[in-house]
Amino acid sequence: MPIVTHSDGRQGWQRRDTKARMLRWFGWLIGVAAFVWCWNRISETTTWFFVWDAPRIAGDILGRATPPRWSYIDKLWWPIWDTLNIATLGTIGALIMAVPVAFMAARNTTPSRLFVRPLALLIIVATRSINSLIWALLLIAIIGPGVFAGVVAIAIRSIGFCAKLLYEAIEEIDHTQVEAITATGASRWQVMAYGIVPQVMPAFAGISVFRWDINIRESTVLGLVGAGGIGLQLSASLNTLAWPQVSLILLVILLAVGISEWVSAKVRGAII
Amino acid sequence: MSTATLDACIGRRWRKPPMIRRAWLRWGLSIGAVVYLVAAISSIEVNWARVYEGLDRGAAFIASFARPDFISRWGGIWEGMVESVVMTVASTVVGIAISVPIGLGAARNIAPLPVYLICRGIVALSRALQEIIVAILLVAIFGFGPLAGFLTLSFATIGFLSKLLAEDIESMDKSQAEAVRATGSRWWQWINYGVQPQVMPRLIGLSMYRLDINFRESAILGLVGAGGIGATLNTAFDRYEFDTAAAILLLIIGTVMMLEYLSGIIRAQVQ
Repeated sequence: MPIVTHSDGRQGWQRRDTKARMLRWFGWLIGVAAFVWCWNRISETTTWFFVWDAPRIAGDILGRATPPRWSYIDKLWWPIWDTLNIATLGTIGALIMAVPVAFMAARNTTPSRLFVRPLALLIIVATRSINSLIWALLLIAIIGPGVFAGVVAIAIRSIGFCAKLLYEAIEEIDHTQVEAITATGASRWQVMAYGIVPQVMPAFAGISVFRWDINIRESTVLGLVGAGGIGLQLSASLNTLAWPQVSLILLVILLAVGISEWVSAKVRGAII
Repeated sequence: MSTATLDACIGRRWRKPPMIRRAWLRWGLSIGAVVYLVAAISSIEVNWARVYEGLDRGAAFIASFARPDFISRWGGIWEGMVESVVMTVASTVVGIAISVPIGLGAARNIAPLPVYLICRGIVALSRALQEIIVAILLVAIFGFGPLAGFLTLSFATIGFLSKLLAEDIESMDKSQAEAVRATGSRWWQWINYGVQPQVMPRLIGLSMYRLDINFRESAILGLVGAGGIGATLNTAFDRYEFDTAAAILLLIIGTVMMLEYLSGIIRAQVQ
């Protein structure tokens, strides 16, 4: 604990000694310089006239967007159904692919630590770090626009998330149960089915509902790049500057997100 | 298990107990699920001929990961990456700066009720709106460019960080804060010496995590004109330049992995 001697001879307590303080001060200096540099770059590429004009434009858009065009809801039922399907089927597809990946990635179940496990971890990182909109863009370039591209995009994007949480759950299982099943002379698959799967089942159900909730959110905007769902209507309304329709669609999306979050919280509460 | 039921069980094969015990609920749920799946799958129109045609392109894309083309559009890629990083850093800093006071206000044990309700309202609003939708609105208001992206990410950071910070403050150890208060400290000193040391490690960890998320999100904001690498990526896809797209995706994956590794080290250091 550093003690400093003031100029008049009194002694006082200080949290850090001089060296640590200098180091921290230097760190802050670099941090602030980096931030200022970043801000300058943003400000260089900004047309400030538009920014000063922003409050007026925002007021203008708000004025046009209210009240929402309620009658447009008739055209939204089908996109809402599509959105729900993209999220649900995408989640199911992701789970089907994530389970084997998770078993390959978990240290205690992987067939080979040297070759298979790094591959599984690579799949997890690669699918997780790319946003579903980018997956959708890619799939549209490959298989054409439509709901199917959305389902596949959501499915691929969710593999990493589900597999990561699931393999962590598999690594945390109680090993004695597995040993007990093995001691009965069970085969590898029987050990899997009776020793490991029952232990990770609650985690699995929780993860799938959690991911479904996230996928509902993501599937509402997939249409912006042409992958089906309510985002298609949103992008069409934005392109024609039909602000009353935009505000109605945003309300529907907010409602859908709220409901899915509520459902997922309830179901997870019931499982755990 | 009583002897009578045990006797009844002897000689019968063991069966796995069902996951849902009530039979009507089990059957109801399974039938409902099957009906839904049939309805959902049949309502999706898949143009299999188009999918089949696209498989070649898919294979070409996967092959292009083996020979990503960093060179021919390097100028655009570099500009986009720098813009993404700049947006990420600036928005994370500003987002943290704004979300600390809001997080303090959203913790029920240190904020009075009106402040609490206002701050919780801001958090709920920020969490409910997705980044890309906020970005569309902000591009409409502020015009194209990284400023809209910066504002979007800052706004999204507030919802994430304030909520988790507030939860952390609410679950802190009360006695330490009380001890500082008992020395006659002012409100600021109380926060600074009683609350802040308890939540600091988690705050640093969450900030690093958010930096990581903000970079990932900044990669898509370009799709709606809010700056960053997304615009370059979109152009590459539109031109079917899969090798450039693969190069960009590899760069994104690499940066995300690096950030994740870095944040892992920093989080291990502070905890």
